[in-house]
Amino acid sequence: MAITLDSKVPAGDIADKWNNHRFSIKLVNPANKRKYKVIVVGTGLAGASAAASLAELGYEVEAFTYHDSPRRAHSIAAQGGINAAKNYTNDGDSIRRLFYDTVKGGDYRSREANVYRLAEVSNEIIDQATAQGVPFARDYGGLLDNRSFGGAQVSRTFYARGQTGQQLLLGAYQALARQVGTGNVKMHVRTEMLDVVVHEGRAAGIVTRDLVTGEVKSHSAHAVVLATGGYGNVYYLSTLAMACNATAIWRAHLKGALFANPCFTQIHPTCIPASDEFQSKLTLMSESLRNDGRIWVPESSEDGRSADQIPESERDYYLERAYPSFGNLVPRDVASRAAMRMIDAERGVGPLRNGVYLDFADAISRLGRDTIEARYGNLFEMYERITDENPYEVPMRIYPAPHYTMGGLWVDYNLMTTVPGLYSIGEANFSDHGANRLGASALMQGLADGYFVLPYTIGDYLADFLNVPPVPTDHEAFTEAEQAVSDKTRRFLETKGTRSVDWFHRELGKIMIEHCGMARSRPGLEKALSEIPALREEFRADVRVLGDSAGLNQALENAGRVSDFFELAELMCQDALDREESAGGHFRLEHQTPEGEAQRDDIGFSHVSAWEWRGPGVAALKHREQLAFEYVELAQRSYK
Amino acid sequence: MDVKLRVWRQNGPSGDGAFKEYDAKGISPEASFLEMLDIVNEELTAAGVEPIAFDHDCREGICGTCGLMINGQPHGPQQGTATCQLHMRKFADGDTIVIEPWRAAAFPVVQDLVVDRSAFDRIIEAGGYISVATGAAPDANLTRVPRDAAEASMDVAACIGCGACVASCPNSAAQLFTAAKMAHLNLLPQGQPERFDRALAMVDVMEEFFGSCTNHGECETACPKGISIDYIAHMNRDYVRAQRANVRLAGQR
Repeated sequence: MAITLDSKVPAGDIADKWNNHRFSIKLVNPANKRKYKVIVVGTGLAGASAAASLAELGYEVEAFTYHDSPRRAHSIAAQGGINAAKNYTNDGDSIRRLFYDTVKGGDYRSREANVYRLAEVSNEIIDQATAQGVPFARDYGGLLDNRSFGGAQVSRTFYARGQTGQQLLLGAYQALARQVGTGNVKMHVRTEMLDVVVHEGRAAGIVTRDLVTGEVKSHSAHAVVLATGGYGNVYYLSTLAMACNATAIWRAHLKGALFANPCFTQIHPTCIPASDEFQSKLTLMSESLRNDGRIWVPESSEDGRSADQIPESERDYYLERAYPSFGNLVPRDVASRAAMRMIDAERGVGPLRNGVYLDFADAISRLGRDTIEARYGNLFEMYERITDENPYEVPMRIYPAPHYTMGGLWVDYNLMTTVPGLYSIGEANFSDHGANRLGASALMQGLADGYFVLPYTIGDYLADFLNVPPVPTDHEAFTEAEQAVSDKTRRFLETKGTRSVDWFHRELGKIMIEHCGMARSRPGLEKALSEIPALREEFRADVRVLGDSAGLNQALENAGRVSDFFELAELMCQDALDREESAGGHFRLEHQTPEGEAQRDDIGFSHVSAWEWRGPGVAALKHREQLAFEYVELAQRSYK
Repeated sequence: MDVKLRVWRQNGPSGDGAFKEYDAKGISPEASFLEMLDIVNEELTAAGVEPIAFDHDCREGICGTCGLMINGQPHGPQQGTATCQLHMRKFADGDTIVIEPWRAAAFPVVQDLVVDRSAFDRIIEAGGYISVATGAAPDANLTRVPRDAAEASMDVAACIGCGACVASCPNSAAQLFTAAKMAHLNLLPQGQPERFDRALAMVDVMEEFFGSCTNHGECETACPKGISIDYIAHMNRDYVRAQRANVRLAGQR
């Protein structure tokens, strides 16, 4: 298959590109929109906002989620906030500055035009969400309040206590529910997408499995939108929800969609450290805590005293020391690696010496306990429930954990993958965050794609198919895909091995976090690339899934997801090995500055690596999209 | 620590359910309740017994997917805590723990401890939204929202839709859920134009599925987000006032 990567970035000044593009792309007449059917897979922020917006425009929409309700998607867990360039605080913010901060925060590995558009529509998202009734925090005059977040020197983050993700998702979910109620969206819950059907080079629909009845079924449409989130659960222990998986995007990859920058993964600096082997997930503590919390470890690795017994002079506030201008609010990748260095130097705290302190004592004495409680009360309660420690009295212990994946399906400026008619939005695509995502930017991107980008760009593709019916689901393209899905499902049940799906997932996760986590090296990645296929073969031969496929079978669902993680893990390691530089969340030990910061190679790697699947056991083929930086000058990131 | 479990097992919506006993041995008090069930499921799988099906996802107490009746209490003994945030340190060595699904006619059992809560979605689809199409919104700071109103709206918007209120109620009423969802919007200026239509539509659909409120107050105690039953009064008031056409036309209090 000859693939040329055309980003379709419009010509002109960066500030005019999106406006010009909206004028030049094709439109679908309002009366004709109902003749088009669009499938949206995933109903988190990106999927729910896209499905609602497309239905409002008049398209016939079918939406799918494996959850029991669209409101449960993991967007809901985002705590801290959502960025926008409103400049309500009069501190010098602008679209240009949000654009600049995001490109810089992404360590100069994102596409400028996409990021500028993201900054442009950020303000409309706040307007939309507020009109929907999202209860953002307000000041005493009743106007919207802002706080600051890592990687920025302005306050541009809007928030709803510590549950901004839930509130924004409820807004999008309610908009979607309105369309479901009026019959404009057909909603399929507890239904998992297991394949994309491509016919004559275009996306024709999907194959799903009903998780309650086990029925495998086809659905056809003029276009398919994947809004299925990130793949951080490849690490097993992460901040993601238990069911988050890569299956939708991975199976699209197998059908021809290139996978971009799979090695760009984000390890979030402020999570509760693991307490034991049986741990099933790691819990995030919002980055917003770094506004008032001070991060430190004891000066001495020998120090066994409790935090309150260690005097100021024997504490190392290492972020404030090394990065005086950003202090505790350095970007996530920088904060995570600094914590890793402290633990590696055996200066960690807590029973397993696997954490660093996040201390609120100064903030409580300066602002009072009530203020801190108003800002972070629910986070403090959550922390106490999990650890049985009171963070008003004892410093929190935190440690980095896999959290977000910047990589994803390659998309052009229209958010279309390399398969015509197949779109990818939100975390599932690679587009806006480069090698590192700034805090409060995931909610912004998911909603930008779903509310304000895809609803325009999808018309440009659909316009050519007026009065062309979708491929019927009894076409052999569908029946063959259904058969393949059923066969794959049956194989897991027939293996009748000895080890559970979770066991294999945990083992895979250990390989990935050790060799393709916060720090990577050639020998480590090569080791992972020899261990993963061996474990995958063992999985194929020895996995045990009980029960049958005719009803709810959670282990069977998980088997398919873990099977895809194995293949994805290899691609991540291959990409990490290929990218001979450090950038953002991708840190190669061979490529660091004398101070231990990421050392980019702008001549060799100022490109997107988009990988083409060539079959099982065959190395993926790399395609490049060269990145041009015309509006942000390439520089060594400095937060000192 | 060692605990004995009595777990409701039911093969499919129409299957006959029954309690089965399992031993959970050598569990760390630091383990979460669901991690304890994970361990039991690993052991069941190894022994060739189909694992216990239970709903869960974020394990951070925010997605509302999990929900188990633990010793007769929705989400177990710790107040203000969803099942996934409950830890084994709240139990004692040697305890017997009874685990059931939510029991309500509107929440039919799907499998074991998994129930179908889609009736909640029907209530939202009926009117639990503000009608504003994408792109139609004015500047976010155009309308000031009194801080107290925003805070009260946030208090109820914290509802995670888990269904504990229904499970705890002797009448299987969904008043607390519906009231929370309604007040979230009805307390805000943006929600005023549809306030009374919303009240009628949501209550009418609620009553198709769920029982009636007789002020037991169990729901407030069971709610992992501490939502106050005061909002049920708020909902009832809006529902009554919605009957008056002139109030609805004015769209204001």
